[in-house]
Amino acid sequence: MRPSVVTAKAEDVLKDASMIKQKEMMAKHYERLSSAPETGAKVASTFVPGNLNELIMCFDLVNNLPEVNAIQSGLRKQSGSYIMEAERAGHSEDVCTYVKSDIGMMMKGNIGPNGKKLPDPDVLLLSYTGCFTFLKWFELLREQYKCPTIFLQTPYMADGKVTPNMVQYMVKQFKETVIPTLEEVSGVKFDIDRLREYLKKSAQAEDDLVYILETGKNKPSPIDAYFGGIYYIGPIFGAFRGTDDAIDYYKFLREEVDQRLLKGLGPVTPDGPMAEEKYRLVVEGPPNYTSFRQFWKMFYEEGATVVASSYTKVGGTYDYGFRHDPDRPLESLAEYCLGVYTNRSLPMRIDMLSDYINEYEADGLLINSIKSCNSFSAGQLLIMREVEKRTGKPAAFIETDLVDPRYFSAANVKNRLESYFQMVEQKRSGKGAAA
Amino acid sequence: MTEKTVSEIVERCQALYDDLNFTSAREWKAAVPGRKVISYMPVYVPRELIHAAGMLPLGIMGGGDNLEVIHGDAYYQSYICRIPRSTIELGVSGRVDFVDGMLFPSICDVIRNLSGMWKMLFPDVYSKYFDVPQTYKDEVGGVFYTGEMREFLEDLERIGGRKITDDDINASIAVYNENRKVMNELYALRAAEPWKAPASEAYLVMRAGLVLPVEEHTQLVRDYIAAASAATDRPMKDNSRVVLTGMFCEQPPLNLIKSLELSGCYIVEDDFVLVSRWLIGDVPTTGDPVHNLSQAFLHSSMSTAAKYEPNQEEKGQFLVRAVRDTGAEGVIFASTSFCDPALLDRPILQNVLKRADIPFIAFKYAENSGQMQPIREQAGTFVDSIKLWSAA
Repeated sequence: MRPSVVTAKAEDVLKDASMIKQKEMMAKHYERLSSAPETGAKVASTFVPGNLNELIMCFDLVNNLPEVNAIQSGLRKQSGSYIMEAERAGHSEDVCTYVKSDIGMMMKGNIGPNGKKLPDPDVLLLSYTGCFTFLKWFELLREQYKCPTIFLQTPYMADGKVTPNMVQYMVKQFKETVIPTLEEVSGVKFDIDRLREYLKKSAQAEDDLVYILETGKNKPSPIDAYFGGIYYIGPIFGAFRGTDDAIDYYKFLREEVDQRLLKGLGPVTPDGPMAEEKYRLVVEGPPNYTSFRQFWKMFYEEGATVVASSYTKVGGTYDYGFRHDPDRPLESLAEYCLGVYTNRSLPMRIDMLSDYINEYEADGLLINSIKSCNSFSAGQLLIMREVEKRTGKPAAFIETDLVDPRYFSAANVKNRLESYFQMVEQKRSGKGAAA
Repeated sequence: MTEKTVSEIVERCQALYDDLNFTSAREWKAAVPGRKVISYMPVYVPRELIHAAGMLPLGIMGGGDNLEVIHGDAYYQSYICRIPRSTIELGVSGRVDFVDGMLFPSICDVIRNLSGMWKMLFPDVYSKYFDVPQTYKDEVGGVFYTGEMREFLEDLERIGGRKITDDDINASIAVYNENRKVMNELYALRAAEPWKAPASEAYLVMRAGLVLPVEEHTQLVRDYIAAASAATDRPMKDNSRVVLTGMFCEQPPLNLIKSLELSGCYIVEDDFVLVSRWLIGDVPTTGDPVHNLSQAFLHSSMSTAAKYEPNQEEKGQFLVRAVRDTGAEGVIFASTSFCDPALLDRPILQNVLKRADIPFIAFKYAENSGQMQPIREQAGTFVDSIKLWSAA
């Protein structure tokens, strides 16, 4: 029988068995990446939201994700020095810290999380979805690596709908630029049936992911859809969508979550199973990675579980029905890119968060506003007010950063969270006006 | 007919610049029943289409340094530039309550999200995020862009209650060709004799074009060029000629431009109010106007950080060419605080300038920056170093 919780001695934290499995998958992927110069594998660097993993695999390319590298650097407390390195080289203190962490890492030898050098990319696949910074980021990397850069523009879903003009534009980009250049870089001829096969596998894993995320509707929730959610989305948002590994992982995870559900248990935290679910929250915005455990602890020590989050939708809004479709391969890839969370208009994001609060019976909304991520953060105060107005549930706002440790003030965040939980209590006891 | 003096023209432009109630646009609208005004934020929108619909395109460049932001700060956390705050302030304080539509060009994530905020705050007013192609192949980006423009035209027809014909658009293209021509003449005069047409004046003349009907503005620019060219009381100073870049969205306070001039800079090229000079050369005035506008955008338009440059060799060359063409001696990077596109672009552009052996300095500002002394000192030192090295 699979153990549902195992002790990972090295880090002295409790992890789900699925977390261990996920960690092994990631390690395997980084090994594949760092050994590319020896194996002869070619590497495509690309971004998480709107990534085209299935297409990349059609050309036998290995997927390198600079954002994930920055996250890994943040979790390993290395991003701070990378950011300083980039700033010393002339990058502004005002811009995206993922970019500076990546550039700083490159300047310090590009050593990946496995301690080995990451290879230079053979191609930069600039899938420009929901974040203008991506465009500049790859212009900066192109200057360094001098490799082909493929541009895929995803129009912004400003009016809350996907128009035929948008889909046609993207399909044309696939046909006229993306696929021909990937063929040229890889030397592999494009096979649409191979793509269909991968898309079919994606859809299978996506079904299980949605099931898992929606278990947050239970009381207690067997998952934490923010801190735990980071682990859940890793394989499907990263290098594994379209693979058997992803299918296996999500099946495994689903069984694990089902076990907890049957026993009426909450999520597993780094300090053990969650004791009592006192607060159910919806969280908007990415987490802070440099103080990830400390940040998480502030929640589970208070009995707060995140039952739904927008961050788990940055790599696809599957719970809103989207599935990769092998019968409409290129159109489906286009619709996938168009639908990711940060490509959705502010009104759509407000609808989504309000729906989550109602459907997941949450106590309120917490926004973690990221200093250096305008794509997420610009407009969040309006989101907060509007969601409060629509749901009648209290909302709170904290500010941290993705991977810059200078912008995580633990005392400040903790203070605000404690005030927020008091506000929730007041609301529950009918003293709504005080909130 | 009495010719206007430089000071009369500049005074009028200054009054238009200072007027945050947009009185001239309000008066234009009120003069004829049924008139409509469509406003837009910085960088680029095809104003020809709005003009062809019989409407007034109105440029909104934030609130500047005279607007006290009271409500706007409640919508944004600390680490966000100022232009969205002051634009929200203009909206919630009723200063743009006469506007029938608002366009948010594709500049950055902040302006993109502001388009959604505007929809929430002013649900009864037409608002549109105006997406442009970042890929420049005719069959790809071109088809997309013509599609977007046709959708926009349909919206304008609905708002205006009348059909917009190709002839209407071609006529408007001709009017804007003329306006760009005089704007380019103004820039040519300033590059040749910057002491006659200082940047602080040229800027005000250009800003007037955002609020006036285009025909009226073209005449105003002509008048200014004539008056400034004829001026005899403006001696040449021992200033350095510089290109100013990074100011394509949130505009600098006027005092900043004046401070740079006082510190010894002749600004001979810049990226202020790019919409006025975005398309390079004339757009054809016959044939399919939407196609022609699309072609001009794809193949003959200005470079800025809000655009993707597909060709690595071409990256930053617009700046090198601007320096060479105007005989500039250096470049000043002036970016708004928290401006992702400008600040992320800056290291690449600086490397390009290093390779071309062009000196540069960099600083940041906000539209309400009040303290000019550090900027003046920095720019003064830069100018001194240019003089020192060019003399060596």
